[in-house]
Amino acid sequence: MSARVRPGLLRSALVVLRKDLLIEWRSRARINALVFFALSTLLLFSFALGPDTRLLGRSAGGYLWLAIMFSSVLALGESFRVESENAALDGLRLLPVDARAIFLGKATGNAALLLLLSAVLVPVTLAVYDVRALEGLPRLAGVLALGCLAISAPGTVYAAIAAQSRARDVLLPLLLFPILIPALISCSKATTLVLHGDAMHELGSWTGLLIGFNVAYWSLGVLLFPSVIED
Amino acid sequence: MSSLAIDAVDLSRRYGTRWALARVSLRLEAGQSLLLTGHNGSGKTTLLRVLAGAVPASTGRASIFGLDLGSQRAAVREQVGLLTHSSYLYEDLSASENLLIPARLLGVVDPAARVRELLGQVGLEGRAKDAVRQFSAGMRKRLSIARMLLKEPALALFDEPFGELDPGGIQQMEVLIRQLQGRGSTVVLATHLIEQGQSLCTRRLHLSGGRTAAA
Repeated sequence: MSARVRPGLLRSALVVLRKDLLIEWRSRARINALVFFALSTLLLFSFALGPDTRLLGRSAGGYLWLAIMFSSVLALGESFRVESENAALDGLRLLPVDARAIFLGKATGNAALLLLLSAVLVPVTLAVYDVRALEGLPRLAGVLALGCLAISAPGTVYAAIAAQSRARDVLLPLLLFPILIPALISCSKATTLVLHGDAMHELGSWTGLLIGFNVAYWSLGVLLFPSVIED
Repeated sequence: MSSLAIDAVDLSRRYGTRWALARVSLRLEAGQSLLLTGHNGSGKTTLLRVLAGAVPASTGRASIFGLDLGSQRAAVREQVGLLTHSSYLYEDLSASENLLIPARLLGVVDPAARVRELLGQVGLEGRAKDAVRQFSAGMRKRLSIARMLLKEPALALFDEPFGELDPGGIQQMEVLIRQLQGRGSTVVLATHLIEQGQSLCTRRLHLSGGRTAAA
């Protein structure tokens, strides 16, 4: 028998994360489709609002997050379509890999993909919605990271549930969007405060809510994901 | 480790209202080889999936090398390798990446060397860098067996291992199964190629309608 040293939870999660990122890199057409979908959404919102630059500027944060959220459904669904093809997820379960490591790896991979998407969308948002807020960019990066993590944790759990259903494309947004409402409100408010100034010092409260949302849903994901993929 | 590789009593598995497996009992000593026969839909695949811990039994109990399938599923999975119609492969990754990932997850000390060795054993060393998407069904089957061998299972479960293989591939598969047997692995082989199966196995179990039946 060849020598073996079983990796722990975090090392297994890193292998799963690396695998997911490698698959995304290899199938770049999917990333391109995701970016074009998000950009189209963002542009359509701006057309719907009309040429009122003040209204556009005030709405930029909300529409940025709506574009990210709608696109996340595609990204999350795709991450489990890859696992359903050839029953690859069964292959991981039977190795066996700790289901919590699969969750941590896939959820982190999904968050990284959404963060990459956000990095493309932010400059477009600033240009199209006529917002000048270069000095707020580091804080905006923090809000984006928290927001993407907040979408990916419950998103990964629900994408795993939806992947087992024939109506997966309909089921995922139906399950996910109601759960994400607190995160969407916090992300939109925090982004607007970063872009347009925070005279009342509200940013801390909204980011605090986002951190709480993340702690709750990442913990729930670690606890629930094993039952989701096993039962 | 128990001398009984499989000890199953009244194993049943229901999908919706249909019983795919109904009260199947089976005892197999470690190191023995069992040929599983039966028509399509007779319950062969379901039995193998239940024994591998891929799906839980609806009723009945089973232990693998003394480990309870219900309560010690992770430990059972450590011992079992399952080759089925599903290849467990990622289409966008290359042959070697498809083996390197499970090798790292299994904690193989020198994964790259082991992967090279296995690709050589299944005759895919020349296609190591090619994406699985470009592979024929037979090549996928070869890669799947390499993935299974990576685990060096004490109990190897094969579901139609000769399907999709050309004559050379069938011969190679036979050699690989014999190598596993030579290392002391217990083998359960479900196939419609009875002659081939009988040459590899010492015992036979026939299933019909999910139940044990006379061959």
